[in-house]
Amino acid sequence: MRRSPADTAQSARKISRRALFLGGSQLAFMGILGLRMRYMQVDQADEFRLLAEENRVKFRLLPPARGLIYDRNGAVIAENEQTFRIVIRKEDASELDQVLVELERLIGLPLEEQERVRAELKKAGPSAPVTIADRLSWEAFSSVSANGPALPGVTPEVGLSRHYPLHDDFAHLVGYVGPVSDYDLSKMDNIDPLYRIPKFQIGKSGAESRLEDVLRGKAGSLRVEQNAYGRIIRELDRHEGEPGVNLQLTLDNNMQNFTQARLAGESASAVIMDVETGDILAAGSTPAFDPNLFVRGISSVAYNELLENDHRPLPSKSVQGAYPPGSTFKMVTALAALEAGVVTPEDTVRCMGYTEIGGRRFHCWKRAGHGNVNMVGSLRHSCDVYYYEMAQRAGIENIAEMGRKLGLGLRYDLPLPGINSGLMPDKQWKLENRGAEWVVGDSLNAAIGQGFVLATPMQLAVMTARLATNREILPRMIKSIDGVEQNILGGAPLGLNENMLRSVRQGMFEVINSNRGTAFSARIEDDTTKMAGKTGTAQVRSAVVNNNNVPWIERDHALFVAFAPYNAPRYAVSVVVEHGGGGSSVAAPIARDLMLYALHGAVPPLAAYPSSQRGTIRERFKAMPLRDLDGDESTRGRA
Amino acid sequence: MSYLESTLKTIPTGLSKVLYVNWALVLLLSAAASVGFLMLYSNAGGSFQPWAEPQMKRFALGMVAMLMIGMVPIWFWRNIAGLAYIASFMLLIFVEFFGHVGMGAQRWIDLGPIKLQPSELMKISLVMLLAAYYDWLDIDKVSKPLWVLIPVVLILVPTALVLNQPDLGTSILLIAGGAIVMFAAGVSWWYFAAVAGIAVGLVSAVFASRGTSWQLLKDYQFARIDTFLDPSTDPLGAGYHITQSKIALGSGGWTGRGFMQGTQSRLNFLPEKHTDFIFTTLAEEFGFIGGISLLALYAGIVLFCLVSAMNNKDRFGALVTIGVSATFFLFFAVNMSMVMGLAPVVGVPLPLVSYGGSAMLVLLAAFGIVQSAHIHRPRGKR
Repeated sequence: MRRSPADTAQSARKISRRALFLGGSQLAFMGILGLRMRYMQVDQADEFRLLAEENRVKFRLLPPARGLIYDRNGAVIAENEQTFRIVIRKEDASELDQVLVELERLIGLPLEEQERVRAELKKAGPSAPVTIADRLSWEAFSSVSANGPALPGVTPEVGLSRHYPLHDDFAHLVGYVGPVSDYDLSKMDNIDPLYRIPKFQIGKSGAESRLEDVLRGKAGSLRVEQNAYGRIIRELDRHEGEPGVNLQLTLDNNMQNFTQARLAGESASAVIMDVETGDILAAGSTPAFDPNLFVRGISSVAYNELLENDHRPLPSKSVQGAYPPGSTFKMVTALAALEAGVVTPEDTVRCMGYTEIGGRRFHCWKRAGHGNVNMVGSLRHSCDVYYYEMAQRAGIENIAEMGRKLGLGLRYDLPLPGINSGLMPDKQWKLENRGAEWVVGDSLNAAIGQGFVLATPMQLAVMTARLATNREILPRMIKSIDGVEQNILGGAPLGLNENMLRSVRQGMFEVINSNRGTAFSARIEDDTTKMAGKTGTAQVRSAVVNNNNVPWIERDHALFVAFAPYNAPRYAVSVVVEHGGGGSSVAAPIARDLMLYALHGAVPPLAAYPSSQRGTIRERFKAMPLRDLDGDESTRGRA
Repeated sequence: MSYLESTLKTIPTGLSKVLYVNWALVLLLSAAASVGFLMLYSNAGGSFQPWAEPQMKRFALGMVAMLMIGMVPIWFWRNIAGLAYIASFMLLIFVEFFGHVGMGAQRWIDLGPIKLQPSELMKISLVMLLAAYYDWLDIDKVSKPLWVLIPVVLILVPTALVLNQPDLGTSILLIAGGAIVMFAAGVSWWYFAAVAGIAVGLVSAVFASRGTSWQLLKDYQFARIDTFLDPSTDPLGAGYHITQSKIALGSGGWTGRGFMQGTQSRLNFLPEKHTDFIFTTLAEEFGFIGGISLLALYAGIVLFCLVSAMNNKDRFGALVTIGVSATFFLFFAVNMSMVMGLAPVVGVPLPLVSYGGSAMLVLLAAFGIVQSAHIHRPRGKR
């Protein structure tokens, strides 16, 4: 390797030239790198900063706590309970397989649930949470929380879920909530962003549904900084939402519980109302169901059972059930005739057991006839023939007008779904809906609450309250919203002639308190709480037969309406027992029990009952499935 | 008396060698490594563990090794160049059969405290062997086809082994590093032009091979190329690295978010934040100023090496210096292009800054040879 100096010098020169060229190229490339750096970090800096911010900061909605629902005495009807669940978001679910295996080990997440999570993640948006497991036990929840590092992307969340501590009692009034569905969303014009939260609870029926906007509250927001694994590093800021507004209902939870218990076993409904304010103290409907089942998502088996039950547990019969009012309608006919001036209370009508019109016989329920009856007597005996006569004298228009004046055929503004407006027919109605002329036979049927006439238990209670007060009472179910007392609706004088009204009330009094009255067995012994009322037996089929020999579904409906105390009315009550048989034997005793409970604010004392009935009554109360109430009676006084 | 013998007398001996060390280069290397310590400290959330402290220890060890290597006369390194190449080659074959598999590639031998990557050793051995080859070869034979073919084989055989591991990044560095030594030695421009032409053909062939039975690259390598060409197609999948890297870098702005204030790197958006993507931490926390400063340090290192090579009349010394500096240049050029979205993601660390044991030690050892060439360069009488 000896080289001549010339060679060495030539080699060194060549290397230097090439080295210079290399150095130049390298510098040029570094220049490109520098320019690129400048372009990204200076020219495009804002854009990348924005992307960096999006990377880091996540926006979350904070669901507000739903407003609570109380009864008139402050007992909780609907509350929120803490639930523990774990969720995952698509953008954080890069290691889903590992996570699911780990969760199977930790909390025994079943395979079909794992498949559901996979399927839901496929459909979900990148930052929408998908629930992996809901309603976890505290143990399972804390083991998931403790193993956070092994579960990238899994977020433990403490949520609130609706709970109805009184179970069945308010199912038909307060209703229930359930996870928001596509169907719910399709009905809305303006979708609250909260509804985009999967499984967000929305009112599905009853007051929960009608007052959804009040109860829901406003969403809060939370900005968090998180790392690439979706773990929250810290909260940047938090805007608490507004919790939903609390509601207080006019309902009394003890009264409601007693009502449900008293109606248990029947397909029945009852309404108890304050005659002064229109406050509904209880509105029973049996059979009922546990709304908590719907909150959790009811199984199709259980739901089908509810649907197929011939006693129809799902509808609120107090407002959704429209029945022929039967003889409880006779006060309307009587007042219509009195107001029209076609009869006086003292005028008598001779009942032969039937009336013949155009060759067709209209029978009285008592085939033998009542003989001469005046207004009071006609109510006491519930004589049909008297009212056939009144119908012919007053005409359907007067009767329909009086019916509407007393609250029939009207739709009340109550926070309940599917309210039935009943039916108070007149000539025009028949022409429009049946395409036929009104005939006098229609009037005769209407006069005794049959034919086309339909009324709900709620309407019958309103009618009774109006008869008791001569004022335009309207039902009220919401006592206060957010502590603000709601206006009492209506209450204006009806303007009925007090003297005429008095004779009708007298008739109602004798129904119960005269030993010849149809509901004498349902009398109250206590002189200060005497009850006035009217029985009704609504025919389901055209032919009158012995109710004991026909299938349940073909038996007559038993009805009863009443108010008490007779001298200073406080409460009105209506009872409908579907296919219960006679109003006097089935509905009246129920109405009496409810009325006494309302008047006493507790299970009625036996002293209020006729001594011969006390044994039976005691046994009945003992057997009633009443909720275990607190021992201290005084705390449950009327508000 | 030959030229070499006449100049040998001017070469420092004994302890006086210390005075002739290229101290400016030592300073620049230390400065660049310090940037690395700072970034590793920041990435660990303000802690010397787990990265900064081991890295500092290794750097200290590497600096000692560099100076010791530098003290050894350059002709010793020239003489063992062939041996070093054969040893590296044997290790590459060894790792093929007994190596540890990590990150989908078979790359290192576990030597207890150190994981030895023979491909790292090969980078420097190859440069040494090529420099020795051209030192030996007559100057007028340099561009003769047969004498060109020999170094090409010397480059391609180990490259094939590395590509088989598979390690695309190192393969590219081996070829490019070897080619630069050949270029510096004076191989005719025409060969490089021809190779460039062939390379274009080869790239077309690689793409044509996709999905066939003779597929030349692994699927993940194709995926990396795809996402390099269009990162937005798979922002949470294979394109994630590039997208996140660009976001972190771009969000730095002029002066950055400040030391330890980087959100993107600290919050784990960046993959391999302490190794291949460490530059993004620097760029995010110190902005354009920080990034360009490191680039300037690197440029200084490369330029000092080139100046040293140009002043070195010893052919081996000059060529090995150019080879080492070129390899160093290729490291940071490929790495920075990658994090800035100018090149596909290949596993190439940022030299002196990325966390990693054997890469830093081998690099400092290579600079030791550069120092040796510098200290023992023939000095003409002026």
